Amino acid sequence: MGALSIRNVVKRYGETTILKQINLEVREGEFVILVGPSGCGKSTLLNMIAGLDSISEGEIAIGGRVVNDLPPKDRDIAMVFQSYALYPTMNVRENILFGLRIRKATQRQMDDALARVAKTLQMEHLLDRKPSQLSGGQRQRVAMGRALARDPSLFLFDEPLSNLDAKLRVDMRTEIKLLHERVKTTIVYVTHDQIEAMTLGDRIVVMKEGEVRQVGTPQEVYDDPDDLFVAGFIGSPSMNFVRCAVEFRDGHSGVKLRDGNGEFFFPAPPEVAGLPTHAGGEVLLGIRPEQITDKDPWGGQNPHARLQPAKIEVVQPTGPDTLVLIHLNGTSVTCRLHPSAMPRAGATMNLVFDLSKLVFFDPKSEKRIR
Amino acid sequence: MVDHVRAESAGTRVAWRVIVYGLLILVAMYYLVPLFVMLTTSVKTLDEIRTGNLISLPTQVTFDAWAKAWGSACTGADCGGLKGNFWNSMRFVLPAVAISTLIGAFNGYVLTQWRFRGSDMLFTILLVGCFIPFQVVLLPMAQTLGWLGLANTTAGLVFVHVVYGLAFTTLFFRNFYVSVPEEMVKAARIDGAGFFTIFWRIILPLSPPIIVVCVIWQFTQIWNDFLFGVVFSSGERQPITVALNNLVNTSTGVKEYNVDMAAAIIAALPTLFVYVVAGKYFVRGLTAGSVKG
Repeated sequence: MGALSIRNVVKRYGETTILKQINLEVREGEFVILVGPSGCGKSTLLNMIAGLDSISEGEIAIGGRVVNDLPPKDRDIAMVFQSYALYPTMNVRENILFGLRIRKATQRQMDDALARVAKTLQMEHLLDRKPSQLSGGQRQRVAMGRALARDPSLFLFDEPLSNLDAKLRVDMRTEIKLLHERVKTTIVYVTHDQIEAMTLGDRIVVMKEGEVRQVGTPQEVYDDPDDLFVAGFIGSPSMNFVRCAVEFRDGHSGVKLRDGNGEFFFPAPPEVAGLPTHAGGEVLLGIRPEQITDKDPWGGQNPHARLQPAKIEVVQPTGPDTLVLIHLNGTSVTCRLHPSAMPRAGATMNLVFDLSKLVFFDPKSEKRIR
Repeated sequence: MVDHVRAESAGTRVAWRVIVYGLLILVAMYYLVPLFVMLTTSVKTLDEIRTGNLISLPTQVTFDAWAKAWGSACTGADCGGLKGNFWNSMRFVLPAVAISTLIGAFNGYVLTQWRFRGSDMLFTILLVGCFIPFQVVLLPMAQTLGWLGLANTTAGLVFVHVVYGLAFTTLFFRNFYVSVPEEMVKAARIDGAGFFTIFWRIILPLSPPIIVVCVIWQFTQIWNDFLFGVVFSSGERQPITVALNNLVNTSTGVKEYNVDMAAAIIAALPTLFVYVVAGKYFVRGLTAGSVKG
C-alpha cells in the first residue's frame, strides 16, 4: 500500500486544463520532489493533495484511503508554506500547538508533542517569541515544527526555502534532509530549484505544462533523461545541445561535428540502437559540461574517452572549476575543466570527451533516441 | 569654507522651521477659536455674556449652565435637560457600532479569504452603498421598519444604522484583510480549524488597528446623526442631537447662550473621548494594510 497514490488526476479551471492525467505512486517514507518551471502545475498538484484545491478528474489516495472528498483537516497531512504562514498573534508555542488544540488534544499530548518538536528542531529557547521576533530561518523552522507536532502520515512542502537567502537556503536544505532521516515520514516537496530537487529527493518528478515528463531517482533523471526538457532543466550548468548530422563510419553510427579547426566524428555509445533510423537526417546531441574536460580522468583506461583539440572561445573561472566555451557546429558548448587549467581565449586545447554518456534527441518530438 | 556653508544651511533650516511652526500654530488657533468661545461662554453667567465681549475670559467661572443643560433645561414642555437623551443615544449607538463593526469584519473575512463566484461583484455593489445619501433611504426604511414592527423603537434605530453603516465597515475590513496572506488561512484549515474558528482565533486577533478605525468612524457617524434620529424616533426616545436642536431652537423665554454652549459640548464629548482614547491608532489603522508586507 503506497503512502500516496495519484491516479489519472486532471485539474481544469474553466476551459484551461492545468494538469493533464497525472499518475504517481509514492512509497511509505519516501522523499519525493515535484520540480518544474513556474506554471507547470506542481503547486496546484500539491494543493490538491492537501485538499485546498478540488480535483476535476481522477483520484488521490493517502495511505490507501481515497481523499477526494475529504477536507484538508481529515487527510492526515501537514503542510509547510513558502511564506511560512505562521499565526502572527500567537507565540511559537501556540503556533506549534494550534493544530492539536483545535483537535482537542489533552494537555499531556500537547506537552509531549511540544517537547518532541522543540528537541527535534532545537528551538526550546524560541518558544515564547512571536513570529515577528524571529529571523527567516527560525520562522521556517517553526513552520516545520507546526507540521511535525501533529505527527501526520504525509508532509507537504510548498517551496519552503524560496524566501530565504542563498546561504540560509543551503543550511535549511541540510536540516530538512536530516529531519527526514530522523522522522522517516513521507514527504512531497515542491520546488522550482533543480539543485534542491537533486540534493533532497529520493525520487524526482519533473513536470512541465501540466504533465509529468519523467520520474526517477536524481541520478536516473540526471544521467538518463527521457526528453530534451528534462535534460536541459536538470543540471547546472545545463547540458549542451548540438544539432548534428547522423553518419555511419566503420560500421558505427554516430554524429558529425565541426569546430574552428575542422571536422570530426563521434560514434554513438553501442547501446543507442535508435540512431541509425535517423541516418541522413539531423539529431540533437546532448553532452554535459563535465563530460568534456582537460585531463583524462581514467588515465587512458576508458575506451570511450576521446581526445579532441578544440578552439577555446571564452574562459570563465568559477573557483572549483573553470568553465570554457567552445564552438561545435556553430553552437556554444560549455566544458568543465579543472581549476588549474587556465587556457587563454583563442588558444586551441586538447579536450577529453566522454563519449559513453552521449545522448541523442529527436529534434521534432524532443524525445530521447535510445 | 565647508563649515561656513554648513552654518549657513543650518540657519536657513531654523528659519524654515520657524515659518512652518508659525503657520501650524496659526492654523491650529483658527480651528480652536470656536471651541474656546464655546468653553468660555458655557462657564459665564448670562449677565456677563450680555454685557461682555465674545472672546473675553469669564470674570467668574460657574458651572450652573452645565448643570442646567444636563439636568433641567426645557425643550418644549419637558424640563429634564439632555440627560435622558444622552443615555438614549448611548443605548442605540453602542449596539449599532458593535454590530455593524462585527458584521463588517465578518463580511471582509468572507470577501477576501473565502472568495466565491461573484464575490468581487458583491463587494462592488456594497461599495455603492457608501454613496447613497441618508435622505434617499428615509422612506423605504420607514416602510421596512413598519413591516418589521420596529417603527419608533431603539432596536429600529439600531437596525437603521447597522444597515447604513455596513457598506463602510465592510469596505474597511475587506481592504485590511486583503493583505492577510491566503496561506495563513490554508495553514489553519490544514491544522483543522473551521470557518468560524479561523475567524475568531486567527483573523480577529489580527484586527485591532482596523477595529479602532471602524469604531471611531461608526461612533462618530451614528452619534452625530440627526436625520435618522429625528425621523425614526420621537418623544423621550430621541437621541441627543435631536434634543440639542430642540433646546437651542426653543423660542420661548430668554436665549441662554451659556446653556446652549454647555449642551453642545456635552453632545460632542463622547466623540471627543473616542478620538482622544483611540485617535493614535486611527491614522495607523487607515494606512495599515494598504501596503502589502
